[in-house]
Amino acid sequence: MDGDFKFVGKKRRVKEDRRFVTGRGRYAADLRLPGMLHVAMVSSPYACAEIRSVDAGAALAMPGVRYVLTGDELFDHINPLLSGLDLPNVKRVPLARGRARYAGEWVCAVVAESRAIAEDAAELVEIDYGMLDYVIDPEEAIEPEAPLVHPEHGSNVLFDKTWTWGNVDGDFAASAHSVKYRARWSRCSTIPIETFAVTASWDPGREVLDVWASIQMPKYPEQIARGLRMPVNAVNVHFDIDVGGSYGLKRGIRQTIIVGYLSRKLRAPVRFIEDRLENLAGGEMHGPDRIFDIEMAYDDDATIRSIRIHATDDAGCYPGRAPLQLGKPVSAIVGPYRIASAQYRAMSVTTNKTSQEAVRGFGQAPTNFAIETGIDRIARALKLDRDEVRRRNLVRADEFPWRIPSGSEYDSGDYHTVLDKVMKAAGWDDLLAKRDALRAEGKLAGLGLSTCLEPSGGNSSFEPLFNPKNDTTTWMEACLIKVDMLGGVTATINTSTSGQGHETLVSVAVGETLGIDPDRIRAIHAESLDALPSNSPVGSRMAIMLGGAAAGAAKKIKQKAMEIAAHNFQLPVDRLVYDGGDVHVEGNPDRRMTWLEIVDIAHRRYHDMPLGSEPGLQANFTWEVPTGGALPAEDGTVQMYPCYAFEAHIPLVAIDRDTGQVEILDYYIGHDCGTVINPDIVRGMTLGGIAHGIGAALYEKFEYDRETGQLMAGSFMDYLLPSSHEVPPVEIVKHSTPSPLTEFGQKGSGESGYLGAPAGIASAVNDALEPLGLHLDTLPMRVRDIEKLINGREQ
Amino acid sequence: MSEHTIRMTVNGREMEGNAEARTTLVDFLRDTLDLTGTHVGCEHGVCGACSVVMDGRPVRSCLLYAVQADGAEITTVEGLEGAEGELSPLQDAFWENHAMQCGYCTPGMLIATHALLSENPDPDEDDIREAIGGNLCRCTGYQQIVEAVKMAAEKMRKG
Repeated sequence: MDGDFKFVGKKRRVKEDRRFVTGRGRYAADLRLPGMLHVAMVSSPYACAEIRSVDAGAALAMPGVRYVLTGDELFDHINPLLSGLDLPNVKRVPLARGRARYAGEWVCAVVAESRAIAEDAAELVEIDYGMLDYVIDPEEAIEPEAPLVHPEHGSNVLFDKTWTWGNVDGDFAASAHSVKYRARWSRCSTIPIETFAVTASWDPGREVLDVWASIQMPKYPEQIARGLRMPVNAVNVHFDIDVGGSYGLKRGIRQTIIVGYLSRKLRAPVRFIEDRLENLAGGEMHGPDRIFDIEMAYDDDATIRSIRIHATDDAGCYPGRAPLQLGKPVSAIVGPYRIASAQYRAMSVTTNKTSQEAVRGFGQAPTNFAIETGIDRIARALKLDRDEVRRRNLVRADEFPWRIPSGSEYDSGDYHTVLDKVMKAAGWDDLLAKRDALRAEGKLAGLGLSTCLEPSGGNSSFEPLFNPKNDTTTWMEACLIKVDMLGGVTATINTSTSGQGHETLVSVAVGETLGIDPDRIRAIHAESLDALPSNSPVGSRMAIMLGGAAAGAAKKIKQKAMEIAAHNFQLPVDRLVYDGGDVHVEGNPDRRMTWLEIVDIAHRRYHDMPLGSEPGLQANFTWEVPTGGALPAEDGTVQMYPCYAFEAHIPLVAIDRDTGQVEILDYYIGHDCGTVINPDIVRGMTLGGIAHGIGAALYEKFEYDRETGQLMAGSFMDYLLPSSHEVPPVEIVKHSTPSPLTEFGQKGSGESGYLGAPAGIASAVNDALEPLGLHLDTLPMRVRDIEKLINGREQ
Repeated sequence: MSEHTIRMTVNGREMEGNAEARTTLVDFLRDTLDLTGTHVGCEHGVCGACSVVMDGRPVRSCLLYAVQADGAEITTVEGLEGAEGELSPLQDAFWENHAMQCGYCTPGMLIATHALLSENPDPDEDDIREAIGGNLCRCTGYQQIVEAVKMAAEKMRKG
């Protein structure tokens, strides 16, 4: 199918890159407005403390200081922020009010003429705290005597629900074996190099609040308006700001509410750019923090019949969308496997840590790691090859669409072929020989394997699944295309971009549909006041949804061009052929109207237009998720995501016996995301996702000290990001099983790599440890964790 | 805070501005000289987003005070283009290989590898990975950056 396209899937330079290589990206911190004021936060030094009083006198007395905003003042003028759950007594606020609930929580915002002055003044704000008991460990938090993070809620459990799909007990009873284990995904995140940055400027003349932010969030303007008690049409978000990385995280609604309020109050532009400590400790952008207790039932032939998953997730302090990250995995709760029944207990717990935010994969990467851990265990127990156990359980190519017990239908795939292809390309047997040769030299070496899915383009039905009062099932994306008087084509993107190359995507989708070279098409980011609906680039949805919306709008343009030509040829439309913008009579390419002629008629010559038609040549199209939106059924079954990409990872690692250092020697991935729209973009996403996965598997952890409640990883000296030394060259083995549900057959790829790399590396490390009779099911597998394990010391 | 007048040659042009003693070089470049191509990532010398060339060597402009750069010769990402705005072979290779996604680390990566190629016209994979070892990228996994530098080096060698 890829071969049928003129532009889709072809090598093409990414439009956005030109401005980035010349230093002309326009990021939120690059904006300068006259009279702009700057914010620095005063953070709580305690894991939990009553805020008895705030004395800002000394701070306000400093020259250049304009204001000190407290949580009490802000609370009186705003609405609490949206929660993913129905928790009326847990109010999420931008600044702590009455009580600070984690070390690093922002308590006051100091406003000054420069950031340096604001930082100086922040140190002078005197806050009288009364220290309170706190809880850091999620399992301790659910004990009856645990200190309550939100006493008004009466419990540290935010959500606890069990779904049973199919005959789980029967399948367990009928199976010859079962395996029970715990897998731990530690608190880490996809931390971008750019922190969150936002400027708000209230224009009292237009009565509009302009916002420039490094944002990646659905319904951002609406959330600002609700928070600040303003009409949405008084908020204008400038989506043309380049976002310096996000990977799900950049949802700075608290930050925006603070500067938005201050800008209106102080009648000046107000900017807040997190420094790295503000970002890591108080930015509320940590990722899932999850304990999995899993049981799998299987037979002698390795057929896995059933799975029970109990996931306990530490949401941290405020349950924004964090608990919903337990929801996405419902859409792939049995992975790519033909498991007949499943039970899923999803438990969200609050602790005195910074809040969890959406991270690449929205909870799927941890779940994939947890499931894959079990697959490897079954292989070990049955003394079967790991690929063989997978092969016997993977959904077969002729079985699609395949409905899983929790209600989602997988659209298409060819998992066995992808696995075969990557094993062949990697030289699986050669890699085993290389591993064994290393072992023969006395080294620890291991070969890993993981196979998993990337659900993409979803309708957000985890919202009603986790909160029946929220009946959101619409998760649309739109595109407006304008053809100007001289035939130029401009298409809108109605959200901001954080590296996904949406301008390139839209240009190719429109160009393919209209037969016009994508380099001649301009794609622009709208401002929210003139933007059509968007749900932002979340859940690997933009290739599917924005690509589909752009193609849908282009089809309308094409149809109208055909009608104009038909009218002028005095022929029915079905006698005409559309040819790269021109239209000619079927069988007679010389009887032709050029694109410019058609455009000219549309814009200037109403007398040549079909009677009563709309002048000009423009169209918009708003697309709902191709599988539609339906509320979850009573038993929790629901179709969330239309498209399922597949990936298979094969890393070879060596571990230094003395230090515990893991070195990745080889890395292969088989990847099938259907039709690829831009090969360089998809490749980059996958390679970058693997790098994130390597971080989560081996290095990255937001460690908190249980004794003091303090974050121990507040800088990049403690929170380790993989560099070019840690991320190896990776070979991608491509395969394409087009989705039957999308315009070009594309599936999502924005989370690729990340969804299976942690599982693959864990598989490799455990393969390396197996000769010692050791294994490790906790990520990250840091140098010191492995070294302690090898040397027989307690972890 | 006392103000100092700082003069430096930036991208071949004499520039001057005032800054407090505590102002970092990156803040001076961005806020005083309006050269916003250089980015701030961590402000503690780990991520490399703020890299600039100072007197021939790549440095982290978040770890230097502007006053320390008084009289220095600085190259920022804005200085890599030719006089007519044509892309340097390195910039062009970054574009050709899509050696970025969000673009935030890109100026630092370009500066680090520009400095590498100035000293070593024929770097191998290890040389390139070493040269960017102090520049963090969260988008790409580094591979397309390495490929871009190889391509640029080859093109530059062929002239």
